[in-house]
Amino acid sequence: MKVLTANRLSDGIAVWYADGGWAETVGHADIAHDKAAEDRLEGIGAAAAGNNEVVDVNLIDVIVTDGLVEPVRLREKIRAAGPTIRTDLGKQASPEAARAA
Amino acid sequence: MYRYDEFDHDFVEARVAEFSDQVQRRLAGEITEDQFRPLRLMNGVYLQLHAYMLRIAVPYGTLNSRQLRMLGHIARKYDKGYGHFTTRQNIQFNWPALSDIPAILADLASVEMHAIQTSGNCIRNVTADHFAGAAADEVADPRPYAEILRQWSSVHPEFSFLPRKFKIAVTGAERDRAAIQTHDIGLHLKKNAAGELGFAVYVGGGQGRTPMVAKKIRDFLPEADLLSYCTAILRVYNLYGRRDNKYKARIKILVHETGVEEITRQIEAEWQELKDAELKLPEADIQAINAYFAPPKLVDRPEGDAAVKQARLDSKNFSEWLDQNVVTHRHPDYAAVTISLKGIGEVPGDATDSQMEAVADIAEKYAFDELRVSHEQNLILPHVARADLKAVYDALVEISLATANSNLISDIISCPGLDYCALATARSIPVAQEISRRFASLERQREIGELKLKISGCINACGHHHVGHIGILGVEKKGSELYQVTLGGSADENTSVGEIIGRGFSSEEITDAIEQIVDTYLGLRLSPDERFIDAYRRVGPAPFKEALYAGETKAA
Repeated sequence: MKVLTANRLSDGIAVWYADGGWAETVGHADIAHDKAAEDRLEGIGAAAAGNNEVVDVNLIDVIVTDGLVEPVRLREKIRAAGPTIRTDLGKQASPEAARAA
Repeated sequence: MYRYDEFDHDFVEARVAEFSDQVQRRLAGEITEDQFRPLRLMNGVYLQLHAYMLRIAVPYGTLNSRQLRMLGHIARKYDKGYGHFTTRQNIQFNWPALSDIPAILADLASVEMHAIQTSGNCIRNVTADHFAGAAADEVADPRPYAEILRQWSSVHPEFSFLPRKFKIAVTGAERDRAAIQTHDIGLHLKKNAAGELGFAVYVGGGQGRTPMVAKKIRDFLPEADLLSYCTAILRVYNLYGRRDNKYKARIKILVHETGVEEITRQIEAEWQELKDAELKLPEADIQAINAYFAPPKLVDRPEGDAAVKQARLDSKNFSEWLDQNVVTHRHPDYAAVTISLKGIGEVPGDATDSQMEAVADIAEKYAFDELRVSHEQNLILPHVARADLKAVYDALVEISLATANSNLISDIISCPGLDYCALATARSIPVAQEISRRFASLERQREIGELKLKISGCINACGHHHVGHIGILGVEKKGSELYQVTLGGSADENTSVGEIIGRGFSSEEITDAIEQIVDTYLGLRLSPDERFIDAYRRVGPAPFKEALYAGETKAA
């Protein structure tokens, strides 16, 4: 299972592709369950990079827990939540994102 | 300290205008990321895990109050209320929006600061002894030479696209506090028998995945030849340094593969062509730059002795801070103060906006408006009258920056690691915090004595782990963080690269392992005067291996 992630061009904030746009939290990102869906997401990412909405586009491995998307790798978990040493900053700082992260 | 002349002002302002235009064009989609990336990197803008990061140059670590106040202002207005002082005497902000960076750079330019050449394959910020100009043991202030190198290397057309980044450090004392032997070029300012100033020149030091101690290629280079000789080194490197493999592109690899003798011959041959031409530094120019670094007028303050004596009696905490964080100044009535950015359990090198402003106020009031950033990620007040030390201490207590741990085990160098950095493979800050908490007792830390513990979150070694007495390298193994320990590294005049002690430790095990290493040292040292590094050099790794791994060998 993979989702599409990037950083927004204007402010560099980490974003995930969800429901036709770029969400600031990973929880409800669009999931690719097979190669065809991954290709579709990659196409969307390439277009969004070409369109100067986002930079550094990547597909990342995820699992779903209690209906919410969770990255597999620690690096991506930290991107999705914020610095582990400053839980007052990043996505984890807002309660909604904290639930999703 | 150095003040911009008209040329410097025009140069920095032109660069701000140019980069602002590039940012606008990028945001408008007129240039692609591939086109923009090298431009943003030339101006210190990285993309990290959570956001962009802006690295601002603090030339040779020297700041005045106005500049530090501006850094506090930037932290508050454009970032999230804090900044991170780095091992290259710079500062990084972790959350700036790209769209705000033109405004940040304009604010910086208003206090004679910039972010030029804080990234990219060029000559980076030249670093220097953080006690320069104050140290009792230096032959001369190394910063004028660092400034000359800064002027020479800024947008140097020949050296703006080197095989890889290039770092120069300068010290003016025998006791090396600038880690010059871990740099691409290390310069040791000294006097010859005739009393003339010049440099011992070291080349090819570096850390990263292939740590190397620099080799001395010249024992005495007259000061007038500084630029011609550095040009010769850079030319040889630019010509022969590898461009096919990023990991073999630093000058340390060239020096290693070519051999010291041969590369010295090449550099000297190149230098013969250059030495008597326009790069020879005129004495008048050296004097002109020196004048900018004229020390503050230190009036005698003999009342300091009695004041310090009394304050010691009144406050044990002050007395401990004095012993640990205050060092001798060349003027007997003065001292140099280390402001520890390593509070117990805090993030090494981080300071908040209000702390920066308060430290700026202290520097203005008590320290002739001068500050330094040390490569060990602390702030320094280089000139404080001993009579004012108690007032400075009290002011630092107010802002929680009076931890008396300079050079002790909790004075940890740590890179940002996987909490921020896109290159990191493991977290380093939480490891630093846990070790700091474990050894929280200052009494215990003093009992252990000088111990340089350094942590990097990846093989690029920004946290200088190779040259830590105890070094910790975080890697990713099978999806988890694993911490490899090296022992016996050192970054002073006896620079050495630490040796890997054995299998790595999980994040749960690492602090226990460090404690075991420290306890082993305490058990075998000859006396409390034998520092960890000296004891390690005497006994080698065996007792530490035994303490860490003997149990498992038996179990296996």
